[in-house]
Amino acid sequence: MNRILKTTAIAAAVMGFATAAQARDQVRIVGSSTVYPFSSYVAEEFGATTDFPTPVIESTGSGGGARLFCNGLGEGTPDITNASRRMKPSEFERCVENGVTDITEAFIGYDGIAFAQSSKNDEMDVTREQLFMALAAQVPVDGELVDNPYTQWSEIDSSLPDREIAVYGPPTTSGTRDAFEELVMEAASEDMEAYGGEGYTDIRTDGAFIDAGENDNLIVQRLSENTDAFGIFGYSFLEENADTLMGSSIDGVEPTPDAIGSGEYPVSRSMFFYVKNQHADEVPAMYEYANLFMSEKMIGDIGYLKGMGLIPAPKDMRADAREDVANHETLELSDLK
Amino acid sequence: MRQSFDEISAQLKRRHRKSARLKWMSMGALGLAGVFLVFFFTDMLIKGLPAFQQAQIQVQVDYNEMAQEIPLAAVEEEVRPLVSRGYLRLIPGRMEDNADLLGTTRMEWVLADGQVDQYLKGHHNNLSASEQAVVDELAANGRAELKFNTTFFSRGDSKMPELAGIASAAMGTVMTLLVTLVVAFPIGVMTAVYLEEFAPDNRFTQIIEININNLAAIPSILFGLLGLAIFINFFGVPRSSPLVGGLTLALMTLPVIIISTRTALRSVPEDIRHAAFGVGCSRWQVVRDHVLPVSMPGIMTGSIIGLAQAMGETAPLIIVGMVAFIPDVSATITEAATVLPAQIFTWAGEPDRAFTEKTAGGILVLLTILITLNATAVVLRKKFERRW
Repeated sequence: MNRILKTTAIAAAVMGFATAAQARDQVRIVGSSTVYPFSSYVAEEFGATTDFPTPVIESTGSGGGARLFCNGLGEGTPDITNASRRMKPSEFERCVENGVTDITEAFIGYDGIAFAQSSKNDEMDVTREQLFMALAAQVPVDGELVDNPYTQWSEIDSSLPDREIAVYGPPTTSGTRDAFEELVMEAASEDMEAYGGEGYTDIRTDGAFIDAGENDNLIVQRLSENTDAFGIFGYSFLEENADTLMGSSIDGVEPTPDAIGSGEYPVSRSMFFYVKNQHADEVPAMYEYANLFMSEKMIGDIGYLKGMGLIPAPKDMRADAREDVANHETLELSDLK
Repeated sequence: MRQSFDEISAQLKRRHRKSARLKWMSMGALGLAGVFLVFFFTDMLIKGLPAFQQAQIQVQVDYNEMAQEIPLAAVEEEVRPLVSRGYLRLIPGRMEDNADLLGTTRMEWVLADGQVDQYLKGHHNNLSASEQAVVDELAANGRAELKFNTTFFSRGDSKMPELAGIASAAMGTVMTLLVTLVVAFPIGVMTAVYLEEFAPDNRFTQIIEININNLAAIPSILFGLLGLAIFINFFGVPRSSPLVGGLTLALMTLPVIIISTRTALRSVPEDIRHAAFGVGCSRWQVVRDHVLPVSMPGIMTGSIIGLAQAMGETAPLIIVGMVAFIPDVSATITEAATVLPAQIFTWAGEPDRAFTEKTAGGILVLLTILITLNATAVVLRKKFERRW
């Protein structure tokens, strides 16, 4: 029987070792796939230039990150979560329920959402209303809501090309999708009588909108194969693929860094990360990382992250945000509403 | 009923035609699979081979006081955008460690920026025309070259394509698979031995058998959820560690090992058992001294194939947090780590196009290891196989 005994001993040892592992000096970060490239750049720099180990970053999506972050305090929970939108009040409430009461919000800068196509096509200029008509699950026709009947762009407006409506976009877990729904769908439908003055954000599921997964590169590849289609993704991917892709103007504004930073381009969003102050004693590297992220050499006008597609906030906003992080300013529910 | 000779020969012809058709069809299927394989390999080789080379440039590095504050100041303005940031940021640290460096100027081969690398390889890049001219001039003077990419094998992940390597992922894979092997192999083999040699054949063992066969076909992501619930949330195993990854993959590999071990045990002729019992061996002695040694090649083959399958797995590891950005090469099984397929997945999502070749290069390395593992399985079987 000694072999069975040995097996049990090994298994027991493995388990014992696991539970014995305690204390960590490695910062744990989760959250948005949009913030992930910036966050991991800072983490790498942090690991290479300080004595601390490089933080571990998982790309879980903004919602997934908030869920892990708000699971509670201690060893197994992340110290920082990245988000490509503000924390939702419901998420904050869940945090508080689980004892995560002292959170600092750090505002990093902006990211634009591009509505792009293959550069083999003619340039396109759409309004948010037209985008809404093309993508909403139900649209008003003669004052009544019906299932979206449009299959060609030209059916919506004669100025639009005579091409089939096919749009590759992110799934519902993505912060990009949340932002698109809010900034395009909701904004366009708020004033439409048919929806009773409330924003309508349901995206059609009859095949015209194609859920392409969290990987933005996949959308980029599909656009070069299917030149009739459009894609919705983060601005940094448009910048990196400027030779094959072309961003459409929305409400007459082209997606350029200046237009996104000034808010002139309507589909731009703010990016954040959230710090769990209650972990400060166990994870001393956490604040150092946060301060490095907020430094001018990262998020400033000529910072490294700009080269990766981050659109810096105006100078005084950056300074305010930096100060909030340095002072470990506590986030209140009223801030989020 | 009597058949005429003509009828018989016509029937024979039909049957021959039928078998010829079948032969062509199966050859066609094989050919199609072959074409896919060749296409895939060529594509990977064309895209991936450049990853094993990396551009380096020779520049004058001036270790002055200013470089301690702003590393960019250490190199001439003209080549500043061409030198990797990953090299520059280490200069202040190196000057601190070695005080003699201050005030010296040296010609050094340094890692070039990823864009220079892409330009020299003739790929898409973001260099401006004037920067390209500088690189051209450096290349003409033998000061810019593509050299063997040691970084790719010695470093972990990075946001800078010229610094990105597979070392941390490879190390993570090794540690994860070790945990899997240590846990799954003994448990799997002992389970199979019990079921095959000791257990009575009743309703209970039949139910267990059906369940094991079912487990082998369950989508791997479910094992990830199980691992999250049991190992991380209940036992408190550190998230993202090779330990939790290995345990999760062990759950997944167990049924494969159990099933292949049982098959191997069953193929041992009854005569051997009878002979051993005949000379008075106990059941345990029969198994330990006779049945197990004879069936070992089969067990090894099954386990290696199970491990190779576990090695290519990403889905359950996403759930336990092993798909993450890990630049440091981890040394213990409780530190955060990632694995090769997860690294490939991460690179495939990078916006920077220089990562395309890294992705393909990573796939080539993974394929090489998988082929080696499977070849080992074949060799083991051939070498120790006994025919009865």
